[in-house]
Amino acid sequence: MDSGSRISRRDFMKLATLGAGSLSLIAGCAPKHPPGRRVLSDDDAGLLGAIADRIIPPDEWPGGRENGVVSFIDRQLDGPYRRFRGDYRRGLDAMTGTCLEKHRKRFESLSAEKQTRLLGEMESGGLRDGGWKEGFSKRFFEMVRSHAMQAYYGSPRHGGNPDYASYRMMGIDYPPILGQNRYRF
Amino acid sequence: MKNTHVNAVVVGAGAGGGVVAKELSTAGLSVVLFERGDWVSFEDHDNDELLSQRTTVLGNAFGPDDDRYRRVLVSEDGSTGIVYPSDGAYSNVAACVGSGTVSYGAMAWRYMAEDFRMKSTYGPVGGSTLEDWPVSYDDLEHCYEKAEWEIGVAGDSSLNPFAAPRKKPYPMPPFSYNREASMLESAMKRMGLHPFPIPMLRNSVPYAGRPACARRRTCCGFACPVNAKCGTHNTVIPAALSTGNCELRTRCVVGGLIIDASGRITGVEYFDGDNTKQEQTADIIVVAASATETPRLLLNSTSKHFPSGVGNRYDWVGRNLQGHAYTGAFGLFEEDIFDDVGPGATLAVSDFSHHNPGIVGGGILANEFTRLPYLFSNIRPPGSPMWGEEHKEFQRKYFRRNIQVVGPIQEMPFFDSRVQVDPSVRDSWGIPVVRLSGRRHPKDAEGCEFLSGKAEMILKEAGASRTWRHVPGSGLSGGQHQAGTCRMGDDPHTSVTDRFGRVHDTPNVFVSDASLHVTNGGFNPALTIMALGYRVGEYIAGEWQKGNRFK
Repeated sequence: MDSGSRISRRDFMKLATLGAGSLSLIAGCAPKHPPGRRVLSDDDAGLLGAIADRIIPPDEWPGGRENGVVSFIDRQLDGPYRRFRGDYRRGLDAMTGTCLEKHRKRFESLSAEKQTRLLGEMESGGLRDGGWKEGFSKRFFEMVRSHAMQAYYGSPRHGGNPDYASYRMMGIDYPPILGQNRYRF
Repeated sequence: MKNTHVNAVVVGAGAGGGVVAKELSTAGLSVVLFERGDWVSFEDHDNDELLSQRTTVLGNAFGPDDDRYRRVLVSEDGSTGIVYPSDGAYSNVAACVGSGTVSYGAMAWRYMAEDFRMKSTYGPVGGSTLEDWPVSYDDLEHCYEKAEWEIGVAGDSSLNPFAAPRKKPYPMPPFSYNREASMLESAMKRMGLHPFPIPMLRNSVPYAGRPACARRRTCCGFACPVNAKCGTHNTVIPAALSTGNCELRTRCVVGGLIIDASGRITGVEYFDGDNTKQEQTADIIVVAASATETPRLLLNSTSKHFPSGVGNRYDWVGRNLQGHAYTGAFGLFEEDIFDDVGPGATLAVSDFSHHNPGIVGGGILANEFTRLPYLFSNIRPPGSPMWGEEHKEFQRKYFRRNIQVVGPIQEMPFFDSRVQVDPSVRDSWGIPVVRLSGRRHPKDAEGCEFLSGKAEMILKEAGASRTWRHVPGSGLSGGQHQAGTCRMGDDPHTSVTDRFGRVHDTPNVFVSDASLHVTNGGFNPALTIMALGYRVGEYIAGEWQKGNRFK
């Protein structure tokens, strides 16, 4: 992919996003609906969004939160991932507990650096107290990590990755345009 | 209402069962073909990576479902746990009309002559039940040919000096290489290797009334949107149905064989789509339900004549479960390679299939099917972060700049890798479920190290700036290439069926799937399963026409 075509595509997306933004302003005049979540509370969603942004940080492309990781997980917890509801409850509570104890702040309010350090400890199984007994921090981190990747890089039909943003980031046409790339070399 | 008696029941509409149903119904036998799943099409799942047959995290688009099916896995430490179809450890094979042939990558390998004579070629291997097949490559050659022409294969074996001899060429010309394959081809030739286009059960040109391949990235793991992939669902099963002699019953779960007071097997018990228990009697029963479900069905069928299950007098049913240890290497490049020409895998070498110093067997090496974005997010060099800025940067920098070279190692059969039925866990119909236990033979790890090393050398020669090997662990092998659990043989003490797939101790029960494989080759097994389907079907039909009623 040469940089010229990526810039033009991005410009196109900016225009498209502007269009979408003005639509949502109109929608904002309508009566307020409850948030479209099925399982996660506002606090859960805030915490998971913050985790998602460390697992896939925002840069010139959206981070995990913006790219639908929370809505993906919320939707799957009411579907095939119903069996993980207990693990999410336990893990999110344990994270909040650990952060309040160590920093007197919720995870969402910590600096990105401290958030990353804490997630690194979870990944290596370094947290063992409270809700983290029996190697749960490692297992919980790996579960959230893989679900975040599924959301970010999977099909929009499951609640994440609206408009295939990650595909555009990786330079993969969606929908596929057959023949387009064959004559590049 | 009682079902009308038929000549033959075939359990499982996959690679083996579909072929047998066609062979029997065209020979004039009345056939009922059972399939626990349904028809599936591309529209049912579109391009959805998370529901593909390669990445089943959100379920199996091609069945079975997590709600009604489960298995028990015995881990290496002896602990047991329930596993569901969307878990890798379940060793799932698709449950739909055509089974894996709907969504497979469609490599169409013939095994080599040595693959049928592993013990004679290499000698006994300690701790392994390595054995020769009771049939040779020559016995199966015409069956391979039938599979290639009736189901449809594109290829050119003249470029592969190691290919087993054939009487007839492939019916379709080979596929062109994608960009990564072209790069590998030059590198392999510089190394003195013999690259060639992978034979594929996929239309390279219009064939048998279906169009040519559109080369989508979503091929392996998906149904084909243009119907160019050749499976049993769009070839032999429609041919069987068009005879008027074959009835396909979908959403029917066969739970056991019916055994009468004299010990004769007279049919099958099954649950229909409304979960109503029914019976279907037949003169002949062909079990083609996969190397995990076929032994389950035999083991679940007991009577005073078969106290430990049909065909299990000497405790060989369910033994020697094997699959393929997939082993290879990744390479990163500093230029764009990805050209989005599906399905990705287009080129192979067979230089390492046999006669490698110190190795028993070996395997082909091929470039891999397109790694879709989620799957790619788990591919990183050892020690690299699996999340964070660097992970994201790698994702966008190297998605278009990586090549994977990989192949299936021929595994050494291991008596204690096995399928049993669990004493307590049942599926939603109340049928005792598969219980999986065992591990790989240590010799497999040597083969993996060897083949991965070759893959890495090829990638380096192709100009990779960084390479790393990936080798599988020692845990139980099964997966979609599962095989070996009802091996064929001439000695009833050390095998489950005879050389035509007939279960010892029964005159009329046959097996026709990868359960029959004595060894599983260093190749994807689909074409061999189909070839065995032709062999079993041809035998039954030939005997039937001579007046044999298998009493």
